[in-house]
Amino acid sequence: MKQSNRIKAMVKEEQEESSNRPDNTAFTQQRLPAWQPILSASIVIPMFVLIGAAFIGVGVALFITSRDIQLQELDYTGDDSEHPCFKCRTNTEKCTCSMTFSIPTLFKGPVFFYYGLTNYFQNQRKYGASKDDNQLYGDLNYFTSPSTDCDPYTRDSKNMPIVPCGALANSMFNDTFTLSHTVNGVQKIVPLDGKGIAWWTDYNIKYRNPSITPLINAFNGTKKPTNWPKPIYELDTTDVYNNGFINQDFLVWMRRAALPDFRKLYRRITHDDYAAGLPAGNYTLTIAYNYPVHSFNGKKKVVLSNVSWMGGKNDFLGIAYIVVGSMCVVMSIVMLIVYARFKFGEDD
Amino acid sequence: MSFFGLDCFPKTEGAELERKLRANDREYNRSFKYATNAIKTSKYNFFTFLPLNLFEQFQRIANAYFLVLLVLQLIPEISSLSWFTTVVPLALVLTVTAAKDATDDINRHRSDNQVNNRKVEVLIDRKLRSEKWMDVQVGDIIKLENNQFVTADLLLLSSSEPLNLVYIETAELDGETNLKVKQALPVTGDLGDDIEKLADFNGEVRCEPPNNRLDRFNGTLAFAGQKYPLDNEKILLRGCTLRNTDWCFGLVLFGGQETKLMQNSGKSTFKRTSIDRLMNVLVLCIFGSLVFMCMILAIGNYIWEVKNGSNFTVFLQRKHSAGFSAFLTFWSYIIILNTVVPISLYVSVEIIRLGNSFYIDWDRKMYYSRSDTPAEARTTTLNEELGQIKYVFSDKTGTLTQNIMIFNKCSINGKSYGDVYDYTGQRLDISELKDPVDFSFNALADPRFVFYDHALVEAVKLENPEVHAFFRLLALCHTVMAEEKKEGELLYQAQSPDEGALVTAARNFGFVFRSRTPDSISIVEMGNQRSYELLAILDFNNVRKRMSVIVRSPEGKLSLYCKGADTIIYERLHQSCSKLMDVTTDHLNEFAGEGLRTLALAYKDLDEEYFSRWRERHHEASTSLEDKESKLDELYEEIEKDLLLLGATAIEDKLQDGVPQTIEQLAKADIKIWVLTGDKQETAENIGYSCNLLREEMKDIFIVSGHSPEDVRQELRNAQNSMKPDGAANSLLLTEEKSKNLIKDEEANGEYGLVINGHSLAYALESSMELEFLRTACLCKAVICCRVTPLQKAQVVELVKKYKKAVTLAIGDGANDVSMIKAAHIGVGISGQEGMQAVLSSDYSFAQFRFLQRLLLVHGRWSYLRMCKFLRYFFYKNFTFTFVHFWFAFFCGFSAQTVYDEWFITLYNLMYTALPVLGMSLFDQDVNDVWSFQHPQLYIPGQLNLYFSKTAFFKCAVHSCYSSLVLFFIPYAALQDTVRGDGKDVADYQSFALLTQTCLLFAVSIQLGLEMSYWTAVNTFFVLGSLAMYFAVTFTMYSNGMFLIFPSAFPFIGTARNSLNQPNVWLTIILTSILCVLPVVTCRFLLIQLCPTINDKVMFKVRQARATPPPPPRRSRIRRTSSRRSGYAFSHAQGYGDLVTSGRFLRRPAVPRASGFPQVGRAATGFSPMGRSAGYSPTGRPQNLKVPDVEVTSLQMYRTFSDGDL
Repeated sequence: MKQSNRIKAMVKEEQEESSNRPDNTAFTQQRLPAWQPILSASIVIPMFVLIGAAFIGVGVALFITSRDIQLQELDYTGDDSEHPCFKCRTNTEKCTCSMTFSIPTLFKGPVFFYYGLTNYFQNQRKYGASKDDNQLYGDLNYFTSPSTDCDPYTRDSKNMPIVPCGALANSMFNDTFTLSHTVNGVQKIVPLDGKGIAWWTDYNIKYRNPSITPLINAFNGTKKPTNWPKPIYELDTTDVYNNGFINQDFLVWMRRAALPDFRKLYRRITHDDYAAGLPAGNYTLTIAYNYPVHSFNGKKKVVLSNVSWMGGKNDFLGIAYIVVGSMCVVMSIVMLIVYARFKFGEDD
Repeated sequence: MSFFGLDCFPKTEGAELERKLRANDREYNRSFKYATNAIKTSKYNFFTFLPLNLFEQFQRIANAYFLVLLVLQLIPEISSLSWFTTVVPLALVLTVTAAKDATDDINRHRSDNQVNNRKVEVLIDRKLRSEKWMDVQVGDIIKLENNQFVTADLLLLSSSEPLNLVYIETAELDGETNLKVKQALPVTGDLGDDIEKLADFNGEVRCEPPNNRLDRFNGTLAFAGQKYPLDNEKILLRGCTLRNTDWCFGLVLFGGQETKLMQNSGKSTFKRTSIDRLMNVLVLCIFGSLVFMCMILAIGNYIWEVKNGSNFTVFLQRKHSAGFSAFLTFWSYIIILNTVVPISLYVSVEIIRLGNSFYIDWDRKMYYSRSDTPAEARTTTLNEELGQIKYVFSDKTGTLTQNIMIFNKCSINGKSYGDVYDYTGQRLDISELKDPVDFSFNALADPRFVFYDHALVEAVKLENPEVHAFFRLLALCHTVMAEEKKEGELLYQAQSPDEGALVTAARNFGFVFRSRTPDSISIVEMGNQRSYELLAILDFNNVRKRMSVIVRSPEGKLSLYCKGADTIIYERLHQSCSKLMDVTTDHLNEFAGEGLRTLALAYKDLDEEYFSRWRERHHEASTSLEDKESKLDELYEEIEKDLLLLGATAIEDKLQDGVPQTIEQLAKADIKIWVLTGDKQETAENIGYSCNLLREEMKDIFIVSGHSPEDVRQELRNAQNSMKPDGAANSLLLTEEKSKNLIKDEEANGEYGLVINGHSLAYALESSMELEFLRTACLCKAVICCRVTPLQKAQVVELVKKYKKAVTLAIGDGANDVSMIKAAHIGVGISGQEGMQAVLSSDYSFAQFRFLQRLLLVHGRWSYLRMCKFLRYFFYKNFTFTFVHFWFAFFCGFSAQTVYDEWFITLYNLMYTALPVLGMSLFDQDVNDVWSFQHPQLYIPGQLNLYFSKTAFFKCAVHSCYSSLVLFFIPYAALQDTVRGDGKDVADYQSFALLTQTCLLFAVSIQLGLEMSYWTAVNTFFVLGSLAMYFAVTFTMYSNGMFLIFPSAFPFIGTARNSLNQPNVWLTIILTSILCVLPVVTCRFLLIQLCPTINDKVMFKVRQARATPPPPPRRSRIRRTSSRRSGYAFSHAQGYGDLVTSGRFLRRPAVPRASGFPQVGRAATGFSPMGRSAGYSPTGRPQNLKVPDVEVTSLQMYRTFSDGDL
C-alpha cells in the first residue's frame, strides 16, 4: 500500500517535471468515444426491406390520393382551325371566344380555376431579373428612377419612367374568363373569387402601394407598362385592397414560374351553390382573348382542379415512391442472395 | 529597415569582388556600405503588409481565378450572380491566410528583435562598450565571453587560452556537438586583452566576398608592414558558441545578412505532396471541363435564341444577336459554375493538414519521457504523404542504434559467460532480469556497468588464471586514456566506443586500467597496483584487423597481447589451441547470430632475446623513409603468430528501443528499408542482423565492394541473375524503362539482402549504371549502403525518387543526414540528441526510431485516409451542387439562371457543408491505433494510391452526375403542375429553388454520413448543427424583417414558410435523399461482400472482437544460435597507437562546467577534433538521457576520421 502510494507520488512528480509531455485527453490522443457503423448485412438488408415497405405504402397512398383529384383541362390557344378561339389567335383587336365542356359527376369543391402557359420562359434570367423590388415595395424614389435591371422596360419612348418597370410586369397575363353553368338551358354565371389567390407574404409584405391616397397621385410623372391596356392603379378600381401593386392577379403573375410550362391560380370557386363543388352538367367558358402566345409557339389553357392534403394532382410522386420502394425490396433480395453465397469470412 | 521590405534579398548589382576593411576605422569601412549586423528574416512591416501580402496571395492561381471571377461579375451584361457570392468567400480566405502570415511574420519580427538586441562588448573610442548586436559594424573589434554566441563572422584576434586557442561549439551551424578549436595568429594573439593595444590595432583585411561555404576562408591580414594569410582556422562564424574559453577578441568581417550562417539559411526547397500534385492536375482538368460545359451551354443558348428567344421578343426584347448572347452566356456560366473549383478547397486542405499535424505534436505515445521530447510536425503540409511511404532511408548511428556499446558476453577458455539460465536450463531474457552482479568488492568499479551472469565474477574471485589473463589483456591492450580528477573517480576517453566498453568491463571485473604514460600502463589488478612497461603498440588498421601490445610485467615477463577479428586471429594461433578454437568458434557463431560484435583475444609470452632483436628491427623500420608501412607490417606479421587463444568478447551495439519490432512492422506494411550509413561494412552488416533487417534465412546476401566500374557492374549483374535467373534481356528492358523514367516493381525468387560499399556506390550511382543498381537493390528485401558520404545518401534517395513512382522518407539524426532528409519526400529528424541540424531541416522530428511506426502506420495512414475522404467528398458535394445548374440550363433557355438562391450559393461551402466535412477529416478513423498496429497491411492501399486517384476522381464525378440528375429531375417532376394544399402556387421559381437546395443539402449530408466511419459527438453535432443552421439561416433570410431592411437583397421573403409546410415538398426531399443514397449503399455492400478490401476485413474483425483486443504478445528479441559468418566489427581507427606512445597528447586541466549548458565532450588534444562524438556509455544508459547532475560522461575525445558517419 505504502509502496503503491510512493509510486503514485513518483509518477505524479515525473509528470509535473516533464513539461513537454502532451496532455492526456481523449481529443488530443484521438480516443474520442465514437459510434462506428459498418455496412453489415444485418443492418443493410433489413433497412432496405423497411424502406421498401414504407415507400410502397406511402406511394400507394399518394397515388390513390392523386387519382382522386379531379381535373378539367381546356386548351384554348386555338391553333386548330376548328377551335372556337382560332379566330382570336392572331387578332390584335379585342376578341372573345367561348368553349363548352361538360362535367359528368360532381366536381368536388373547393374548385380552383387556373390558367396555364407552355413554352413560356418566366425563368429566363434576364426576364426574371427585369423588375425593381424597391419600386414594387412602394418606394417612391424608385418610381422616378427605376433600377436599370428593368432595361429596356425602364422608360418609354418619351423617357418617362415606367411603373411597374421591367419585362416581368410588362408581360402580365391579361386574358379574362367567365364560367357559366347551363342549368335547364339557362346560362348561370359561376361566381369566381379573385381574393386570397396570392401568397400572404407577397400581399402583405413584399408588395406595398405607396401610402398616398388616392393611389393615382403616386403615379404622377410615370407611365404604364407599354403592353398594358390600363395603368396599375386601375387594375381593380372596385377594391382599394386589390389595386395597384397588391392586385392579386398582378402578385400571382409576379411570382414567376420555375419551369417553362406552368399554371397559375386565376380564381377560386367558393361561393353560392358552387361552394361544395361544380355539379355535373354543361359549362361554358368565355374567354376574353388578349394574350399573344402564337409567336413563340406557346399554349394557353384553363385548368379546373380541386386539391387534396398533398396539393394538386401529380401522379409522379406516388409512382416514384412505389418504384423506389419496389427497387429497395428487389435490391434487398439480391443482397441477401449475394450475402448468403459470398459472405466473406475469417480468412485473412 | 527599408520601406518595402525587399532588402533581405541579396543585391545582385555591383557584386562585391573582394572585401577590404580596416580594424577600428569605421569611417573607412563605412565607405564600402557593408551590411551591418542587423538581421531581418521578416517579410513585411506595418505599412507594407497589406499590399505585399495581397500581392503574394493573388499570385496563387486559385485566388487569382476568383479575382477574375469577381471582375466578370461586375460586368452587368455577364453577371449572373451577385458580387457577394464571390466576395464573401474570397474575403474570408484572404483574411484567414493573411492572419496566418501576419502571425508568422510577427514571430519572425520578434525573434529578429531578440537577436538584434542581444548585447555584446564592442571596442569603441578606446573603450569597451556594451552595444546591441545590430549596431555592430564591419571592422569593429568585439569581446566575447564564455558561452556567448558569436555575434558575427569574426577574425579571431586573441584569447584567454594558451597558444591563442578558442573552443567553439558549432551545433547550430553544422550539427556537430563536439568542440572545435580555432587558433589566432601569434601576431594578433600578442594583443591579449590589452585594450590600448587592441584600440591601436589597425590591421587591414582583404578577403573573399560573402559566401555560404562554411569550411573555407581566404584572405590576408596586413599589419605592421607584414602580410599574414588567413584561413578557416582563424575565423569564428556567427551561430557558434564559445566554450571553455574565458574571453576572446575578434574583428568583425561579415555582419548580419552577409554572415555565412545567414547565407546558408532559408533556401530549403518547398516540398509538395503527391496529392498536391494530383490536385493541381485535377483542378486543371476541372477547369477544362468547366470551359467545356460552358461551351455546351453557350451553344445551347445560341440554338435557343435562334429557335425560341427570337420569338419570345413580345415579352423580352433582344438587345444582342444570338451569337453575342451565346458569348455572354459563356461567361455568365463560367461565373455560375465556378463552384466546381471552390476556393474553400485549398483552405480546408490546409486546415485538415494543420489539425493532423497537431495530433502528431500531441501524441503521448510519440513522446519520449527520458529526454522530455515530444514529437513535432515541423511541416504542416505533408501529412497525408506519411500514409504513402514506400521507401525508408535510415541512418544507422544514433537512429537505429544508441551508439552505446555494452560488454554483453564473453567466452573464456571455452566457457561462455553472459547468459543467465533458470533452474530448468531455460535462457532468460536479460532485459527482464533484476539481479545484476554486485561489484562492490571493487572500489574502482564503474557503478553504471551492469552484468547479470554471476559465474564470471565468481571465476574472477576464484582467481581462474585464464579469466585473469583475459581481463588483463583487456586492461592492457587498447589505446584508451584515463583521467582521474578525484581519487578513484576514473574517466576513460576512448577513441572507439568498443574499446571503451571493453576496458570498462575489465575495470569492473577487477582489472582497472588507471593511467598510462607513453611507455607504461598502470593497472590495479584485483586491488593491487601494478605497472606494466609498454614496449610497443602494434597498431590497428583495416587490413590487419587486430591490434597488439607488447608489455613487460612488473615481474619482468614479456608478453604480447592481441585482440582482433576472429578470422584473423585464428590464422595466427598455435596448433595447441585447436580444441579450444572449436569451442570458441561455436560461441563466436552464437554471438554473431545475436548480432553482437565479436573480437577474439589471444596472447603469447615472448622471449627476451628475440624481442630485443625484433625491437631493433622495428626501430629501424619505423625510422626508414621508404616503404615504412610494408616493413612494419612484415615485422608485425612475424611477431603475431603462434598465439594462444584466450577467448572472445561480444559487445552489443545497443539498438534504440524497439528497433527490430519497428522494422518488422514496417516490412509487413510493405515499406522497404534501406540503411545508409557512414560506418564500415562489418559494423553495418552486424547492425543489419541485430535489427532483423538481414536474416540468416535469407537466400543470399550480396556484397558489392568492387573497386572499378566493371567489377561493380559485374557484381550487380551476378546478383540480378541469381535473383531472377530467367531475367534475360535485362539491359534491353532497362533502356526501354529509362526512357519512361519509371521502373516497375519486380519479384525476386526469394529473400535477398544487398550490402554495398561507398566506393562501389560511387560507380553504381553513375548514370550508366544507376538503373542496374536500382533494379538489383529493389529486388532485395534489405539494402545496406555503408561508408557513404552525405552526398551519396542524397543521391541514393534521388535515384529512387527519380525512377520509382514511390514516396520516400529519410530518417536520421546527424548533420550528415541533412542532405538526405532534404532530398526525400519526407525528412524525419531524431531529436533530443547531438546537434539540431537534422531536426532543423526535417519535416517531422521525434526522439526514438520506434516512433516511426506510429508516425506512419497510425498518423500517416489516418491523415492519408482523411485527406482522401475529404477530397472525394468535397469534389462530390461541389460537383453535385454545380451540375444541377447545368441541367436547369436546358429548362431556362440557357440564360445562366441559377437554380438556388444566391445566399445559398454564398453560404453552401462556407457554412452549410464546411464543418461536417472538416469534422470528418479531423476525426475519422477506420480502425483505431491498436488495430492499425496489428494489421500493418492496412498501410498498403496508401502506397498504391488507392483512396484518391484519377479513377477515384472520375467515379466521384460520375456519382455526382447521378446525384445532380436526381436532385434536379425529381423536384422538377414533383413540382410540375402541382399546387399547394390551399390551391396556391408552389411551382414558382423561388419554391423550386428552395426545394432543390434543401434536397441537395440533405443528400450531401446523408452522403457524408455514409462516408464517415467514426461518429464522435462532435461529428454528430456538426452534421445536425449544419442542417439546423441551414434552416435557421434560411428562415431568417426569408423573413419579413430581413426583407424590410434590404428589399432587393432578400427577395425570397416568405418562400420557406410557404413551401416547407407542404407535405409533398417533404416527401420530395425524402425521395431525393433516398434515391441519391440507395445505389451507393447497394454498391458498397455488394463490393464488401464480393471483393472486400483489407479495410473491410479488419473492420469486420473489429466488429467481431467488439472490445479492444488484448495487446499483441510482446515479441522477445529474435535470437538465433548458429551463424556461419563472423561477428567481427570494430569501429576503431588507425593511428592511435602512435599517438598514445608519442606522448603528444597534452591535457588541459578539467574546468568546472558552467551549468545550464548541455553536456559536451571537450577537446583535449593538441589537434582540432572533428566529426561527431561517438559517445559510449558502458551501462546501457541511453545517450540522450537528461541527467543534469551526473558528471561528464566519457565522451569521445579524439577525432574519428574513419569511423565513418561523416
